[in-house]
Amino acid sequence: MKVSEQWLRELVNPALDIETIAEKLTFAGVELEGIDPVASAFTKVVVGEITAIEQHPDADRLKVCQVDVATDETIQIVTNVTTIAVGHKVPVALVGARLPEADGSIFKIKKSKLRGVLSQGMFCGAETLGINDNRSGLLALPDDATLGMDVREVAQLDDCVLDLDVTPNRADCLSIIGVAREVGVLTETDVTMPTIVTAPVEADDLFSVSITATEACQRYAGRIIKGVDNTVATPEWMLTKLQRAGLRSLSVIVDITNFVLIELGQPMHAFDWDKVGDGITVRFAEEGEKLTLLDDSMIILKANTTVIADDKQVLALAGIMGGLASSVTNTTQDILLESAYFSPEAIAGKARSYGLHTDSSHRFERGVSADLQVQALERATQLILEICGGMAAPTVDQQVANDLQYCATINLRKQRISRVLGITIDDKKVVDILTRLGCEVIDNTEGWSVTPPVFRFDISLEVDLIEELARIYGYDKIPATLRDLKPKIVQAAEQFVPITAFYSLLLSRDYQEIVSYSFVDEKFESLLANGCKPIKLANPLSAELAVMRSSLWAGLLKAVAYNLKRQQSRVRLFETGLTFVNTPEEGLVQRKKIAGAITGTILNSQWAEPERKIDFYDLKGDVEALLNEAIGGNFDFVIGSHPSLHPGQSAEIHKDGKLIGHLGALHPNLEKGLGLGRAVYVFEIDVAEIQQCSLPKCNKVSNYPSVQRDMSLQVNNTVTFAEVRSVIEKNHSDQLLDYYLFDSYSGDGLEADKKSLALSLIFQDVSRTLEEAEVSAWVDSLVQQFEQEIGATFRH
Amino acid sequence: MQDLEELKGAAEQAIAASSSLVELDEIRVHYLGKKGELTAQLKQLGKLPAGERREAGQKINQLKQEVNTALGARKESLAELALKQRLEQERIDITLPGRRLGTGGLHPVTRTIQRIESIFVQLGFDVAEGPEIEDDFHNFTALNIPEHHPARAMHDTFYFDDGSLLRTHTSPVQVRVMEDQKPPIRVIAPGRVYRCDSDITHTPMFHQVEGLMVDKDVSFADLKGILDAFFKAFFEVDELPTRFRNSFFPFTEPSAETDIRCVHCEGKGCKVCSHTGWLEVMGCGMVHPNVLDMANIDSEKYTGFAFGFGVERLAMLRYGIDDLRIFFDNDLRFLRQFN
Repeated sequence: MKVSEQWLRELVNPALDIETIAEKLTFAGVELEGIDPVASAFTKVVVGEITAIEQHPDADRLKVCQVDVATDETIQIVTNVTTIAVGHKVPVALVGARLPEADGSIFKIKKSKLRGVLSQGMFCGAETLGINDNRSGLLALPDDATLGMDVREVAQLDDCVLDLDVTPNRADCLSIIGVAREVGVLTETDVTMPTIVTAPVEADDLFSVSITATEACQRYAGRIIKGVDNTVATPEWMLTKLQRAGLRSLSVIVDITNFVLIELGQPMHAFDWDKVGDGITVRFAEEGEKLTLLDDSMIILKANTTVIADDKQVLALAGIMGGLASSVTNTTQDILLESAYFSPEAIAGKARSYGLHTDSSHRFERGVSADLQVQALERATQLILEICGGMAAPTVDQQVANDLQYCATINLRKQRISRVLGITIDDKKVVDILTRLGCEVIDNTEGWSVTPPVFRFDISLEVDLIEELARIYGYDKIPATLRDLKPKIVQAAEQFVPITAFYSLLLSRDYQEIVSYSFVDEKFESLLANGCKPIKLANPLSAELAVMRSSLWAGLLKAVAYNLKRQQSRVRLFETGLTFVNTPEEGLVQRKKIAGAITGTILNSQWAEPERKIDFYDLKGDVEALLNEAIGGNFDFVIGSHPSLHPGQSAEIHKDGKLIGHLGALHPNLEKGLGLGRAVYVFEIDVAEIQQCSLPKCNKVSNYPSVQRDMSLQVNNTVTFAEVRSVIEKNHSDQLLDYYLFDSYSGDGLEADKKSLALSLIFQDVSRTLEEAEVSAWVDSLVQQFEQEIGATFRH
Repeated sequence: MQDLEELKGAAEQAIAASSSLVELDEIRVHYLGKKGELTAQLKQLGKLPAGERREAGQKINQLKQEVNTALGARKESLAELALKQRLEQERIDITLPGRRLGTGGLHPVTRTIQRIESIFVQLGFDVAEGPEIEDDFHNFTALNIPEHHPARAMHDTFYFDDGSLLRTHTSPVQVRVMEDQKPPIRVIAPGRVYRCDSDITHTPMFHQVEGLMVDKDVSFADLKGILDAFFKAFFEVDELPTRFRNSFFPFTEPSAETDIRCVHCEGKGCKVCSHTGWLEVMGCGMVHPNVLDMANIDSEKYTGFAFGFGVERLAMLRYGIDDLRIFFDNDLRFLRQFN
């Protein structure tokens, strides 16, 4: 809401500067977004009248003007302005004038010669004077402006515009009178409301109103005004006010209805009466009906839309915008002026559904005071008769409900005020504040019975009144008290691994956390989706942010590519966050995942370590470390078949046989498709699945020596380590403390399809020293099993 | 026997001249070994007249002892020398850098959320999470924002075809908490939120922290007290003036916008605070009775406050970040500055 200071002060004029007034409004909930002076701080620009114009002798595009600025002699100004004529009143910057420019510098007017001819000043356009005016050419001045008078005074330029952010609950502040009322309350200053005179009725034309959309339109007021002249110029004072309210001038009648909209807050509409058929009907549209709007766009109406119609056609989109066919034009003679009440529920969302947002819909959506319709009609009539002439017919005022202006009385309890606010407000102060706000206040046993004014239809609950009290009394007068907080001893579940444990682990392994958008490029996502159907946004910002991620890889790989392009050759990233998948069984599933992507060398290049590129086993080591956080978890790595991963270098992570994650080298096809151009290794794990862990269980530490046996078995290349392990696990021994693979070899000295695996086995008993013979017996049996089950041969 | 003195001199000389343990051992063998010179002398004792044997034997044994002692002493000093040499040989350039395994770091948003959580956890708040694809009920209706309420236009919402949406704030988590728990409630809910808006100061995704406290006697003064304590703790200052301006959120009443004194210029006015001396950081208010009632919490019996604020905003103020969009570029050169 843009409010001119001068206009505001016409109604309420506290002895405070505008900054103070704006601050009071801001603290009370009507936030100031900015104060803009209506003109720059220029000086020495006066009203002049052009008395003669001659062609410049040496320049085709320049004219030499004699200008009367009410000094002893006329002054001479050389100009390239083409729209001037003798007799025009124009703004003249005199020698010595200072004209601030947009960049802060100041342009000074000096006596000068233009192509040899003396020029003693300059004509000024709106832009030169820092005035926001969409009319081109020189700044328009009233014909009766006094020569030599300061233009600041003539055009009332010592004004500024408050840009107020009015919240949806304060529809009453979407008008000058509303803001004035608010300022009156906050500064305890009287408000002078505009005088609305009832216009004389000189015509007797009436029209019928039929409201069938009664839930949408509770009141329809209007009148016919005959013989108006829509070609007269809108008075300069009104143009100035409209312009400072941010409205463009259209035609005089539209300007007048807009003026009333800004002044009183009642949206109005003027129809060309000759183009309206029989009677006015307020009804719901029929599905598919068409209407061409004032802005020349054609819309196809939906059945839930309220329209104004005559017996033949739809005339206007109720409360939103008029139709072109019935709009006022230069040739309009008789008009039908509409001033209606549409309920917020009927208008809300409708304008938006047609891609429209107008000053009218903005107000009706939030609510217009139910007592304004006839007042506004009288105000507009008065102005039309004054400016455009004409004869007014009687007002037609059709009301559907007679309780439209009814405001419920609210019980306000003293005890509740202090309970909600934490302070006690003096009774007198309570009554004073509520009365100033326009409420009727009557004492009762618990406190007060309060009836808010009709224009404050946002107040309907006790807590609404408490907020009013708080904001007028001042939030700053409510102390900040740090209450005694009862300690809350949280049972920290030790069998739950907090996400921070995974963070620490990955950080110590040189992973950098990223945060990427949850919506990604559909093409990119489809390359990684593992067959999931994308969940598409209905209204994405762009194609790059169009579908929800089904895995965290899209964001990670995009970040890898971004950093590779910026000379980072070693990139190790992780992210945690929700992924979004639609499944036939469960519908939408939103699960938190932890995922990583790494590429480059295992270490930063350094003097003491050879450089080595990472491989699958580096990634797997990181993943195993994560799984180790879930003490007691039964995890397996199973050969994977994720289509985005290298078929020979990928694995599924299983927990008790259930798939909980993937890891592996990105499929070579994707390296190119995703703009990476090199090997990247990725993992992703369902976080919840690794957050359950067992309590550590303490076992006795043996005091007896351990025995280590190494063995080297040759097997076919196709034999996996998992098979080797399963043979050992099957030959379980309580004394086998640990075993590990310490070499895997193929190449020289071995047949081409063979590999040699070297194992260390460590035996120990908690109660005695193991004997050579028993260890040997167990090892011999294991050797046999290896031979039988995986065809191993042994070198001794 | 006349050459015992000579032998002694020669042995002592040889021991002193020895430069290694090996050489020293050779000397020992030369004099004391089975075929050593002193051993030979002892063997020759039998050839002496019986009366001289005893004395000569004593002399040889004494000499043997002296050689042994000299050998021992020399061994010790050689060992010392050897250690000294070893230490010298093993000297390295300790100014060379150590092996760098490298350590990563958390994203500044996560870092900030952790800091916020730790402060509220001290105040007895739990931490809750909720879904990001939300239904209309939890994101709007249950928060007293009915369909077509103009307040919905304040949220540029991302929708899906089935009518669900990306949550526009973390407030739906407070609804979910109230559905599951009964008062007293103290909870914060950090997380991602989404608005269909993108320019210099808006990204379509950002992070909020929602806070909720419901009990029998919670007032606006308590809200001010908790927020005051939080801001001081977060910015690590003893004094940080705050101010509360009336505002409108459908789910709180009275509602307020909270400003803190600019942490950059301490209120003098600077670019960060647009020369106002104040920074708008939070929306808050008393939970609207309709919201409590919809969650089946008796609004006559209980009152509560709720607040919500942007994580990036606080991170920007704390770490001097001047561009919101950089949070989601995930440029390592930016991220590593927080490690």
